Amino acid sequence: MSTEKNPQHDELIHIGPEMAVAEADVHADEGAFLRGTSLWRDAWRRLLKNKLAVFGLVVVIVVTIASIAGPALIQQTFGFTPDYIPNNDKLTRSFPPFTGPDGKFSWLHPMGTDNAGRDVMARVLQGGQISLFVGILSTVISLLIGVSYGAIAGYAGGRVDNLMMRIVDVFYSLPYIIIVIVLLSLFRSQTPRGQLTLLFIAIGSVSWLTMARIVRGQILSLKNQEFVLAARATGVSGSRIVFRHLVPNTLGPVIVYATLTVPQIMLLEAFLSFLGFGVQAPLSSWGSLAADGVTNIAVFPWQLIFPGVTMALTLFSLNFLGDGLRDALDPQMRTV
Amino acid sequence: MTNLLDVKNLRTYFETDDGVVKAVDDISFQLKRGETLGIVGESGSGKSVTNLSIIRLVPDPPGKIVSGEVIFNGSDLLLLSNEAIRKIRGRRIAMIFQDPMTSLNPYMKISKQLMEMTQLHLGHSKAQAHDHAIRMMETVGIPDAHSRAGSYPHEFSGGMRQRVMIAMALSCEPELLIADEPTTALDVTIQAQILELIKKLKRETGTSVILITHDLGVVAGMTDHVIVMYAGKIFEQARTTELFSTPGNPYTKGLLRSVPDPTAEQGKLYQIPGLPPDMAHLQPGCPFAARCDYVQDICRREFPPFVKLNSDHYSLCHFAREVYRESGGTPVQE
Repeated sequence: MSTEKNPQHDELIHIGPEMAVAEADVHADEGAFLRGTSLWRDAWRRLLKNKLAVFGLVVVIVVTIASIAGPALIQQTFGFTPDYIPNNDKLTRSFPPFTGPDGKFSWLHPMGTDNAGRDVMARVLQGGQISLFVGILSTVISLLIGVSYGAIAGYAGGRVDNLMMRIVDVFYSLPYIIIVIVLLSLFRSQTPRGQLTLLFIAIGSVSWLTMARIVRGQILSLKNQEFVLAARATGVSGSRIVFRHLVPNTLGPVIVYATLTVPQIMLLEAFLSFLGFGVQAPLSSWGSLAADGVTNIAVFPWQLIFPGVTMALTLFSLNFLGDGLRDALDPQMRTV
Repeated sequence: MTNLLDVKNLRTYFETDDGVVKAVDDISFQLKRGETLGIVGESGSGKSVTNLSIIRLVPDPPGKIVSGEVIFNGSDLLLLSNEAIRKIRGRRIAMIFQDPMTSLNPYMKISKQLMEMTQLHLGHSKAQAHDHAIRMMETVGIPDAHSRAGSYPHEFSGGMRQRVMIAMALSCEPELLIADEPTTALDVTIQAQILELIKKLKRETGTSVILITHDLGVVAGMTDHVIVMYAGKIFEQARTTELFSTPGNPYTKGLLRSVPDPTAEQGKLYQIPGLPPDMAHLQPGCPFAARCDYVQDICRREFPPFVKLNSDHYSLCHFAREVYRESGGTPVQE
């Protein structure tokens, strides 16, 4: 990555192609390679140079694939599902990792089993499915609401903007964890799926606020640029300007923030599940697994360690990836 | 010939914390079909606001078109609904902006931006619009248009981007093209190319052009009529040849004297003394009085009259006839 600083960039707040051009200057020796380089390819190239980000990307991909394919694969190979409880009394107890029912080394349960004899690895992978699902889906929801809300507020300006952002401020000032907990316990659902849906609604309704602010800020600085005036002068309608011209220009910061939102939401989900408000058994998430594990930490540490470490690793990786994306998409924002 | 555009008593004011700025104050002018009108003046004289007012793109708030009429093809643009004016923008009145570096959307492919115009106004299908975009790029002299259509603006140089802007502006064959300092941000050789291009396209399509500039050389080479603006007012208005040979306003004379003379061996470059007035606190009398060589007491007291000096030649000055005579003209008697 280049550490060269081009003074003319300082006046630019948004990510523009100017940056790509400046990068092109820095990498003048790669001139041939740069022909026809789009902004995104340029950012991708910079991302690949960031080792931590690549590490994060790889871990995220591996964890995602393992979570999606893992439980089914285990069922295929060993014949049990994540919520399979053996009906043999001797087996319904917690075995350490790599230990069979006879106390000898075995590949059957690489992460051991829990109190009911369920395979911890299968449960961690299934928990990963749900944790990632909650994280990503809630982020998508917050993206949809936050981007449209912020874009409309920013472009409309004036009184509309004022009103819309004050509403955001009000939401902000509410202690959202308490709100979510109240929401979840008030509408406590009888089925695990219902509880999961409720969790989405609760998390989605609070997580779009920051996104709305970020997008509004971006739009405010973009809407006075000449290309917006040029678009208006060609008769393009307001909504088209916002969603076809302005929003794509905010994508850089939005992607970065979204990547950083995923771990935040996963953490929130884990926290809620840990407290018993989130995902309910027999479904599992990393948070609920950790909650189960923590009661037995002195005797069966693997029940906490495996879900805990997997979650920490994934969150780390997502954060690294998000930081890497920010640097790649917006080199001038880097604070070195 | 009929008037394509007839601007009558246009006033556009800006509400600022400092007070009301009369950016455009009671301006009237006409533009005939197929003609080119130049508008010159210093920065802040109201050139751009005049033209933004024509297509109703003055930022509101703080700007507001207070009064006036903009008759385009017989209908008053200022009375149209937002929907209707949008159909005119780009389709019948197109604009080119000063800075080609920022007037293209950095995140949209060139072809997409060109296609948007014709899809919007001419109802083109994607394929039609794409073909049209390529044709327009070829028309404005972008080499290798086919392969460059998929590029992003940052892959184009300033001159090429201005060509794209011109292609975009002309792609619906508008009746009026407003070029707001189209060459200011470009270097001199590219300037000449772009101006030549506008001239050529104007000849071919018969489009009328309003050319805003502060470069008198550009005005001389491109326009049929000129309007000289100062402090939101029209100070002088004449046929281009007449304005250059026999200016009838001290301000115009000052501007003409400020043009560098390449044949002069040495010597100081003339400049009009002082600064443009603070538009929020205009003094009574002539706004140019403080900087004028011809200033008399009356100039500070009374607002000057708009004097007819010749057919199509008007000047806003108490001493317009004297200045005109001094330049070698013979004022008509009213």
